[in-house]
Amino acid sequence: MTGGPIIRVLDRQAVVFLTILSAVAILVPLSNLLLPATSPFHVPTYAVALFGKYICFALLALSIDLIWGYCGILSLGHGAFFALGGYAMGMYLMRQIGTRGVYANPILPDFMVFLNWKELPIFWYGFQSFPYALLMVFLAPGALAFLFGWFAFRSRVTGVYLSIITQAMTFALLLAFFRNDFGFGGNNGLTDFKDILGFNVQAQSTRAALFTISCAALGICFIICRKIVTSKLGKVLVAIRDAESRTRFLGYRVENYKLFVWTLSACMAGLAGALYVPQVGIINPGEFAPANSIEAVLWVAVGGRGTLTGAVLGAILVNYAKTTFTSGILAPYWLFLLGALFVFVTLFLPRGIVGTVSHCWCEHKAKRAARADDAAGAAAPKPAE
Amino acid sequence: MTKLWGGLIACVLTLAFLIAASPARSQTLDEALTKFSASSFNETEEGITAVTASGSPRALAIIEALQAGTLVFDPESKKVYIRQGSRLLDAATGAAVDPVPAKLSDVRIINRLRRVLDAAIGSLTLMSPDPKQRLSAALAVYKSRETAALPALDAAIAKETDSRVKLALEGARAAVVLYKEDATEVQKLDAVTVIRDRGDQEAISLLSGLPANTPPAVQKLAQDAIATIQGRLVFWEALQNAWYGLSLGSVLLLAAIGLAITFGVMGVINMAHGEMVMIGAYVTFVVQETIRQHNPALFDYSLAFAIPLAFLVSGAIGILIERTVIQWMYGRPLDTLLATWGVSLILQQAVRTTFGPTNREVGNPSWMSGAFELGHLTITYNRMWIIVFTMAVFFGLLGILRFTRIGLEMRAVTQNRRMAASMGIKTANVDMLTFGLGSGIAGLAGVALSQIDNVSPNLGQSYIIDSFMVVVFGGVGNLWGTLVGAFSLGIANKFLEPYAGAVVAKIAILVLIILFIQKRPRGMFALKGRAVEA
Repeated sequence: MTGGPIIRVLDRQAVVFLTILSAVAILVPLSNLLLPATSPFHVPTYAVALFGKYICFALLALSIDLIWGYCGILSLGHGAFFALGGYAMGMYLMRQIGTRGVYANPILPDFMVFLNWKELPIFWYGFQSFPYALLMVFLAPGALAFLFGWFAFRSRVTGVYLSIITQAMTFALLLAFFRNDFGFGGNNGLTDFKDILGFNVQAQSTRAALFTISCAALGICFIICRKIVTSKLGKVLVAIRDAESRTRFLGYRVENYKLFVWTLSACMAGLAGALYVPQVGIINPGEFAPANSIEAVLWVAVGGRGTLTGAVLGAILVNYAKTTFTSGILAPYWLFLLGALFVFVTLFLPRGIVGTVSHCWCEHKAKRAARADDAAGAAAPKPAE
Repeated sequence: MTKLWGGLIACVLTLAFLIAASPARSQTLDEALTKFSASSFNETEEGITAVTASGSPRALAIIEALQAGTLVFDPESKKVYIRQGSRLLDAATGAAVDPVPAKLSDVRIINRLRRVLDAAIGSLTLMSPDPKQRLSAALAVYKSRETAALPALDAAIAKETDSRVKLALEGARAAVVLYKEDATEVQKLDAVTVIRDRGDQEAISLLSGLPANTPPAVQKLAQDAIATIQGRLVFWEALQNAWYGLSLGSVLLLAAIGLAITFGVMGVINMAHGEMVMIGAYVTFVVQETIRQHNPALFDYSLAFAIPLAFLVSGAIGILIERTVIQWMYGRPLDTLLATWGVSLILQQAVRTTFGPTNREVGNPSWMSGAFELGHLTITYNRMWIIVFTMAVFFGLLGILRFTRIGLEMRAVTQNRRMAASMGIKTANVDMLTFGLGSGIAGLAGVALSQIDNVSPNLGQSYIIDSFMVVVFGGVGNLWGTLVGAFSLGIANKFLEPYAGAVVAKIAILVLIILFIQKRPRGMFALKGRAVEA
């Protein structure tokens, strides 16, 4: 092992993935900004925003794969962490609007003026500063996940029960954020953003930069995940996934391992949400809907759980299909297709696309090796019985 | 408002005295009517008084027509008519007039007359033949407590035969006496007792706002009465909340019970369960539509057809899902969860394309509409029947599990699948039938929900999370757990609602359940022993 600590954790698959990701991260914005609109290689601005959205979803899928694929925790509420990160970013963007809002109030966002609030609620303090908002992007989902996981894992809530209560968690947050008096814009959420760090969020260059940053975030998170799953920690996680009681009996503090990886995953989901919001320009309570979280789980299942690259691939494929289908004449059939996809993947493709391909590849290699062995064995004299 | 009613009652009473004192009591309706044709407001006022005094059954119609501006007269013949749409009615007889007189003018009124009119209507309603109108008139006096109303009230009480109206009238009389300057202490003490027995919110404000010169004994009795009433009101409010809670709990139970048995027997969370409920509701819709088209007379029996049909249709779809999807995924509960979610999307969209995305109208049979009062409780028939129905389904299911062969097998598989299989139970068949039974019961839930909720493709979605909560809260493998879970969630929800509002109450319940699961990860009534780790 001669490579640096980063290189060491990457196998061939991961290297290919990172190469493609960096190529996309550089080429897409360049072609959007530099090539003329008439060029066949030009990427239109709407497509940059769209792909940026896919990349954020891919990051969310990656965070789900880390806990589901490697630790066996099926979260049906990861959308909640995604949305919390999004809200933290949205709050920063709201405070940046300043006097350019409809009511031109320098402190209060429009919806608070509309609700006749006189002063900023305490939990909105500090969001005018980007570093603080960035901290909250990780802290808000991370703290919630830590609290939730602390209770859930210590009392050994597992399997289907855990899935159901994560769903209850996101549902409770959905109801709460829909309320106006909760202070997050109620039904309409946060929108009408103007600036991020002084750059216009609508501008072509800002969008391109956001795209590159999203790709970079995805790449870094991928390396972190990769680092975790190839370390000893990762081995313990897989052991927990496959035989939780046995791992506990071997002396590992199962709940601490789970809590760590769960909280980390929630922070990643929060980051995904924070990158998502400036690119789509709105965050509303709909992101908390349990259906969204389940759909995100499907992306991982399609790509292949426990593969990391599969999660990214699945998120991009399913969302691309969704965009294609829901905008055309096939729109009424999209839900049929999505439903069928759920059934098909769980029935016939439990390893997902990447999992199945690499499984076949491994089997193929094993067969070849066995054949080579056989050939070698045939040549060598058989030991006496 | 109170002032207005006060004025009204005062006028009524003035009228009543006028009527009593007037020698023209024998005056006929016809004579009274001629006064309307004089084109003088004073004459009109006398006319109103006279019509009210005549005691004619036509009186109310005439006064109301005057108020609505549809009373007209013929200046030539001095006859008075009521205009009703394009027709003209003789005011005195109510018969249609033909041919219509050529020249007609309106009986005009001014604001002063309007008050007199209001009073006249009030007086006519206190004696009205319709008990409902008498009741509302009595309530008006109760609220206004106009001293002048006393004689009319006494007269009305003497005449009253309906016990409810009589009670209202006596309450009104007590309220008047209590605020009357020259009533004796004994009278006032009696009045306090009468009002205490009414025991509503209005009684409290009545008793707490007594005039300063009220005798101390009455004051004291009033204070005691307020305490009694408040205690009783708290009790009734709690009872009403408990009733709402029972009603919500029964709905939850109905939706969750099928989920509980499939989860208990198969360890499978069926995300498509809500869609089975929805299908049951749509079966009800289709049955009702068919009955409406072919034999509307049978409408009251529509649910009798819908219940078995919904059970069969949902059950059949459930068995189909089990055979095609779920049976290949045993031992992979999380995968099953995702696959059934997919199935739920397909079913939802299928219903949406067939029946449209909007709410469909499902009617209540006559025996399920309306409400009745029990003490201070309002109980609607549909809620009551749903509780009865839920209990019937619950105990029916309990009976199946307890007394039939398939029930025995289901319990065996719940407790220990491998052991049951070793004893010769065909677990695959048990799974299939369990799933069919669970889905069929969801269909029954759909029939019940169609009576109280909107029938739309999203019907199931709105209940599925609540049903999960009931199941994880109540615990698996024991129907009583589901029962206790459903009713405690329903009642807790309804008791929180008055303090926190519906949404916050729901959030609080969800948070409480999440915390509760920490304490008892397998619910209230968990299975014990080896089955747990299976």
